[in-house]
Amino acid sequence: MSFDSTYTKELPLVESKTSFSEIDNVIAAPMESKPGKTWFLLLALSVTMLLFGAVCLGLTFWFGIGLWGNNQPVGWAFDITNFVFWIGIGHAGTLISAILFLLRQRWRTAIARFAEAMTIFAVMTAGIFPLIHVGRPWLAGYLLPYPNQNNVWPNFYSPLMWDVFAVSTYLTVSFVFWYIGLVPDFATLRDRTKAGIKKALFTILSLGWRNSNRHWQHYERTYLILAGLSTPLVLSVHTIVSFDFAVSVIPGWHTTIFPPYFVAGAVFSGFGMVSTVLIFVRKVFHMEHIITVNHLEKMNKILLATGSIVGYAYAMEFFIAWYSGNPFEMFVFINRAFGPYAWAYWTMISCNVIFPQLFWFKKIRRAIPVTLVIVILVNVGMWFERFVIIVTSLHRDFLPSSWGMFVPTLYDTGILIGSFGLFFTLVLLFARTLPVISIAEIKAVVPGAQPTHKHHTNGQH
Amino acid sequence: MAIKIKEFINRLKEYNTTWKTEPRSGQLHSISVLFDTPDQIIEAAKATANAGYKKFDVFTPYPVHGMDEAMKMKESKIGWIALLAGITGAITALLMIGWMGGIDYKNIIGGKPFFALPGSIPITFELTVLFSALVTTAAMVALFNKLPWTSNPLHETPFMKSVTSDKFGLVIEAADKHFDERNVENFLGQLHGHSIEKVYYPIPDVGKTKTPVFDLKFMGVIAVTAILTAIASYAVLNKVLYTQPFNWMWEQPRLNPQAQSNFFGDGFGMRMPVEGTVARGFIPYEYKGMPDSVIKLLANPLALTEEVIQRGKVKFDIFCSPCHGYYGQGDGRLKGQFPNPPTLHSEKVRNWQDGNIYNVITNGQNVMPAYDKSVAREDRWAIIHYIRVLQRSQNAKDTDLEGK
Repeated sequence: MSFDSTYTKELPLVESKTSFSEIDNVIAAPMESKPGKTWFLLLALSVTMLLFGAVCLGLTFWFGIGLWGNNQPVGWAFDITNFVFWIGIGHAGTLISAILFLLRQRWRTAIARFAEAMTIFAVMTAGIFPLIHVGRPWLAGYLLPYPNQNNVWPNFYSPLMWDVFAVSTYLTVSFVFWYIGLVPDFATLRDRTKAGIKKALFTILSLGWRNSNRHWQHYERTYLILAGLSTPLVLSVHTIVSFDFAVSVIPGWHTTIFPPYFVAGAVFSGFGMVSTVLIFVRKVFHMEHIITVNHLEKMNKILLATGSIVGYAYAMEFFIAWYSGNPFEMFVFINRAFGPYAWAYWTMISCNVIFPQLFWFKKIRRAIPVTLVIVILVNVGMWFERFVIIVTSLHRDFLPSSWGMFVPTLYDTGILIGSFGLFFTLVLLFARTLPVISIAEIKAVVPGAQPTHKHHTNGQH
Repeated sequence: MAIKIKEFINRLKEYNTTWKTEPRSGQLHSISVLFDTPDQIIEAAKATANAGYKKFDVFTPYPVHGMDEAMKMKESKIGWIALLAGITGAITALLMIGWMGGIDYKNIIGGKPFFALPGSIPITFELTVLFSALVTTAAMVALFNKLPWTSNPLHETPFMKSVTSDKFGLVIEAADKHFDERNVENFLGQLHGHSIEKVYYPIPDVGKTKTPVFDLKFMGVIAVTAILTAIASYAVLNKVLYTQPFNWMWEQPRLNPQAQSNFFGDGFGMRMPVEGTVARGFIPYEYKGMPDSVIKLLANPLALTEEVIQRGKVKFDIFCSPCHGYYGQGDGRLKGQFPNPPTLHSEKVRNWQDGNIYNVITNGQNVMPAYDKSVAREDRWAIIHYIRVLQRSQNAKDTDLEGK
């Protein structure tokens, strides 16, 4: 937060000169008022989805994963697709809160808190899938290297083991980063609240924060360090997720382009999801002057950039398949584009590569309804990307005798719907219980919030 | 006793109320002043630092640029904590992987060395980040900022409520060396601030009980939580985890030997082989129902060695001795539960060829059942060698005592 804004000329980050107490009121409003009908309707919808998924999952626990459409040769299907999809969604939060912080992109302030929360919820959702994929998730504790009765240590050279460490570290560090950002806001809320359980909770959660500058000093440095740690962390997580595929020897997976390709795809899908949610949030909670069209436009630019990187990766995969001269590799890619799952492939290409190109036009970048349609398409496209990578690479094995098709069952679809239900339920609860925008940080970027330093610069503000 | 507890509870209630009452009755903690703009607070901080005060602090709703310099604060050293914790994390990860995979449980994986550095890098990196992030955060909260501390005298004052919202505050603590109540008030008055207020320590009037930990309600909640946690842990670990669907593969949908099964009409779980089934390596017995004169041509394929005789003895003792007795005299241990067989030392049996005995063991005779299913073919021949030894021992001639 401590950086000088004099060297760039930016559009105002908060529209009009908003007073500090007004910021408090706007951001605390959803927490201090009774939710409206829209909120309850949305919550009912997402909880229904969640319960549907929970029933499908319960039946899966009872009868086993034979209820799913997974088969030989398609041993990884919806479960791993969903895992990679949700982990990818989580990447936008850390990108916004850490990388954009290090890059001094102050516009991140308005959207960082929400994006960080979405990161945590998305990683929680993602974490379910590898666990249920193993069939007996109650034995997942054996993944951790603790001295157990088996007298066996896990294999540290397996990408699946790397996944365990990467995802759990990512969840922990994201949570700490998020919580540390919330502490000053809890202090503000504590002092706004008169009495009762709410007051007690805010008192505990604020850790007795006093907004003291002697504290801010260490706080800001810690925030910077956490941002510095999270940046390589977020890159490592999706790199390691891509290792699950790249380290194997399956044609279509065994490629060196996977780590950067996955990271770009993760950022792309994450921004798609953040945009989707924020477009509703700013409208429902009347925060249009804090989450402005300028913010959405900037996010659209990132979507355009990452979408193009993803498009480049798709093209490069095909080129390498041809250039390698490996007949299996060539077959997999021709099969991808023209085989029985061609519909999925072309859905992916149109949603991820073609439609985001519309963001080259400023009018479209700033048109909120069009943006909403495109970002939803990006979500769809990125889910299909993981589906295409997993299923089309597996379903036609080396020998034609081992060819098969994957058809999702009701339970596959139900658990996918349930994962959206879980995510949106958590998002909706978060929007009503915690400050969705960082109060302290947004105050710091309001026009006139920083001293003019009359004595050493003639700077503008 | 009951009155004492009631009194105790009342005192605790008082404790809770006096803590929040205003005006506070304790010693002076500090004097505070509020400002409206960041420019004013920067100037005020500079002035206070220049006036030589050390124990003063500035409170702002967000970090204000240039405040650290204005307050003449030294740079935060927390970066060193992050570095040390990160190095610790990396070393921990490498030692863990090296010891677990390279020393304690050596396992060949893909022909790699027991400890392979490239494969260890992802986990090493993750643990570096994890240690560094957690330790740095914990150090920031607890070590550098001395938090959590919710009973600081500044809490629950109008001053605190202003600086967590829209005002900028400055506080000079009474603990400062140069603190003098009147001087500080005058000094703060010159800073163009407003709402100069004295902050006092609240004195909790709790009688003889000093600590709210002994609050009955609090202790009750702790006790109930502990009991519920214990019950829940016991139920989950010992009961819930061993019911469906938590499957430990102890019970599987299969037929166990000797078990009942409703699947088959006869109610047995075990099945007989299909009629005419021949086991691998099995040679059918060709002499069934043939006259003794033919059977006696069947010769013992085993050589007469001590090893074979020992094997024959083991098998004889297991399968034959219950009826025939350990020495084949027809004095089995069944004590009339089953008719005793005749002795094996009769003229008839002694004159039998090996083939004839083999035929009886294999197919049975009179009430004796067939042993072809329970005694392996070679073992039957070994038993015959042993029976010959028994016959010789029971019918020894005097000449046998003469040495060769």
